[in-house]
Amino acid sequence: MIEVRLFATLRQGREKSIMLDSKEFPTAKDVLDHLDILPGEVSILLVNGFHKTPEAQLEDGDVVALFPPVGGG
Amino acid sequence: MSGAYYEKIARINLSTGEIKVEKLDLELAHKFIGGRGLGTKILYDEGVATVDPLSPENKLIYITGPMTGANAPSTGRYMVVTKSPLTGMIACSNSGGIWGAKLKYAGWDAIIVEGEAPKWTYINIEDDKIELLDAQEYLGMMSEAMDTALKEKHGAEASVLNIGPAGEKKVLMAAIMNDKDRAAGRSGVGAVMGSKKLKAIVVKASRRNLDNIADVDALKAATKRAMDVLMANPVTSSGLRQLGTAILVNIINNVGSLPTRNWQESYFEKAEDISGEALAEKYLVKAGACYRCPIACGRIINVNGHITGGPEYEPLWAYGANCGNNDLNVIDECNMLCNEYGLDAISVPCTIAAAMELYQRGAIKEEDCAGVPLEWGSTKALVEWTKRIGNPETELDWLMSSGSARLCEHYGMPEISMSVKKQEMPAYDARGIQGIGITYATSNRGGCHVRGYMISPEVLGLPQQLDRTATDDKAVWAKTFQDLTAVIDSMGHCLFTSFAMGAQEYTDLLNAATGTNHSVEEVLEIGDRIYNIERMFNKAAGMKPEDDRLPKRLLEEPIANGPSKGMVSQLPLTLPQYYEARGWVNAFPTDETLKKLGLDECVGK
Ligand code: SF4
Repeated sequence: MIEVRLFATLRQGREKSIMLDSKEFPTAKDVLDHLDILPGEVSILLVNGFHKTPEAQLEDGDVVALFPPVGGG
Repeated sequence: MSGAYYEKIARINLSTGEIKVEKLDLELAHKFIGGRGLGTKILYDEGVATVDPLSPENKLIYITGPMTGANAPSTGRYMVVTKSPLTGMIACSNSGGIWGAKLKYAGWDAIIVEGEAPKWTYINIEDDKIELLDAQEYLGMMSEAMDTALKEKHGAEASVLNIGPAGEKKVLMAAIMNDKDRAAGRSGVGAVMGSKKLKAIVVKASRRNLDNIADVDALKAATKRAMDVLMANPVTSSGLRQLGTAILVNIINNVGSLPTRNWQESYFEKAEDISGEALAEKYLVKAGACYRCPIACGRIINVNGHITGGPEYEPLWAYGANCGNNDLNVIDECNMLCNEYGLDAISVPCTIAAAMELYQRGAIKEEDCAGVPLEWGSTKALVEWTKRIGNPETELDWLMSSGSARLCEHYGMPEISMSVKKQEMPAYDARGIQGIGITYATSNRGGCHVRGYMISPEVLGLPQQLDRTATDDKAVWAKTFQDLTAVIDSMGHCLFTSFAMGAQEYTDLLNAATGTNHSVEEVLEIGDRIYNIERMFNKAAGMKPEDDRLPKRLLEEPIANGPSKGMVSQLPLTLPQYYEARGWVNAFPTDETLKKLGLDECVGK
C-alpha cells in the first residue's frame, strides 16, 4: 500500500490521508490524477520525506506527502 | 532632497535627561543603507562592542530603514540594534506593526538611547517634540495593558512600544513589544531597555506618508513591479494569508526535521494536532497584517474568548514538538503569555525544553521545581514556567530566565543547550537540512533562522529546489542569502517579501526612494559589508572562532527517527567552504576582504 497525505488547501473536499494500492499507482503522477489534483496545485511533493517530481516511481510502503504553495519562517 | 531619510537622529541620554538632535551622515547611510546596517556601524564606531550589555554604557538604537513607511510593499519594519546581554555580541531584532513607520513619519531616522534613567521613564514623541515622562505608575504592568493605558493617555492615534515585567527584571530573553502583539523578540533587547529604566516609547506623527522620496514616479513604477511579482507568486499572494507560517509544522515534520523533545528526535508523531491546519480550523478569526503589507501572514485568533495575535510557526514548534506537547490551546495561551510578559517566544520555550531534558536526566530534581515538575508534555509546566521566567523569583526561576546555555552550563551539561552563541536555535533540524546549519553556525546574532533562510530553497523550493542533503553548493547559497537578508532588513522591508522578490526588485526600490544609482551587485556588496561589520563588532566583543559552531548533538548524534533518520550535520565540511566564499580566515575577515568592502576602519582590528 501507499499512504498519501494531503495538507492545507489540498484537503478541501478530500481526506487528510488515503491508502492506495501500490500496484495501481506506479508513479506520483498517477496518484495526483486519481485525486484530481493538477501538478500545478502541488508545490512540494515528498516521497518518504524527500522532494520528488510527479514522475517519481512509487513502491509498496511509500509515504507520499503533497503541499500547495506555502511559505513561512 | 535627502531621499527617504529625514537626516535626523535623536540621541537621548537617560542619565542626564539631555536630548540632542544630530544630523544623519548621508554618505554613511548610503554605504550601510539604514536599519540593521547603519545601526551596527554606529555602535561599532562608538565602541559599544566592549561594554557590559546591561550597563549604562550600552546603547540602544531604534532605527528605521529608508523604505520604512514608504508606499511600497511590507514597509512597516524597524529594528532594535544593541549589544546583546544573552549572546554578548551584536543584537538586531526586527519588528513589524506600525510603530516604526510612525517614528519615521515623525521625522526620525533613529533614536539612540544611552545611560540609565534615575527613575522609570518613558519617552513621548510627537513629531519634532521629544519628552521624558515618569513611568512609575506603569511598573509591573503587562505589555498589552500598558499599550492600552498609554493610548488612553496620548490618544488612539499614538503607537506604543514597551517592555513587560520580563524586561523590567532584565530577563535575558526579554523582548520589546510594539502595537500589542508585534515583537522585536530575540537576543534579550528587552533586558537592555529595562537596564536603562525605560518602560516605553510612544510615537505620534502628523505625516501619513513619506514626503521626501527622491523619485516618486520611479518608486511608483518599482512598487508596481514588486507588487506584480508578489501577486504572481502563490506563496506571497495567497499562501501566507490563508495559512500563515504555521503551515510549516506539517511540512518540516514530513521532511523529518522537526526537532522534538529538545532535539532528541526529529519527527513528532502528534504534529497534526499543533499544525497550521489545526490552528486554522479551531482558533483562527482572520489573517492580520503589518502596516502596508499585502502578504498578511499574521494570525488573529480567539483564545478562550480573548481575541489576540496567534502563534507563528516558531512558538507552535517550540511549545509543541520541542516540549513533547500536542495541546494547541496551551500553545496559544503560552504565546499570549510571552506577549504579555514581553518574552522571546522562541528562546523561552526552548529553554523550558532544555530544562525538561535536564529533568529527564535527573539533573533537575522534582523538589527543585516548586510544585511544577518539568515533565515532557506537561501543559501545567509550560504555562507555569513561562510565567516564572517572565517574572522570576526563586533561584531556579532566575537560572531558567537566563536561557538554556547558562542553565545547562550550571548543571554541568552544556551540550544539552540547543543554542549557538548562547541563543536558542529555531525550528529546523540542521541534520536533515544541511544549508540551514551553515547559517545557524555563522549567524552573527547566534541561533537564528532569519539570518539566511535556507529553508526557502532547501525545503520550499524558492527560488529553486535544492537537495536538502547536499553539501557541495550550500556555502555560497548561505552567503548570498545572508547578504540579501542584510539588505532587506536594513531597507526596512519584511523579509517575507523575498519569497517572491529578488535582488533586482529591492535595488530598484532602493534607488528610486533614496536617489542612489546602485547596481544589483553593489547592493549585494552592501549586504556583504553589513555582514562583515557585524562580524567585526563580534570580534571586538570577544567572539572566538569556536563560537561559529553547532551543538555536538547535531554533529555526533544521528537523527533518531522519521524520514531523516541517521543524518548528521556536515558542518565540518561546509564551514571551511563558507569561510572561503566570504574571504574569512578562522571566522574573521582578512584585511584584504575588509579593504575590498570599504571597511578600512576595521583593518588591523
Ligand atoms: S509578511 Fe507578515 S510579518 Fe511580514 S510585514 Fe507582512 S504581516 Fe508582517
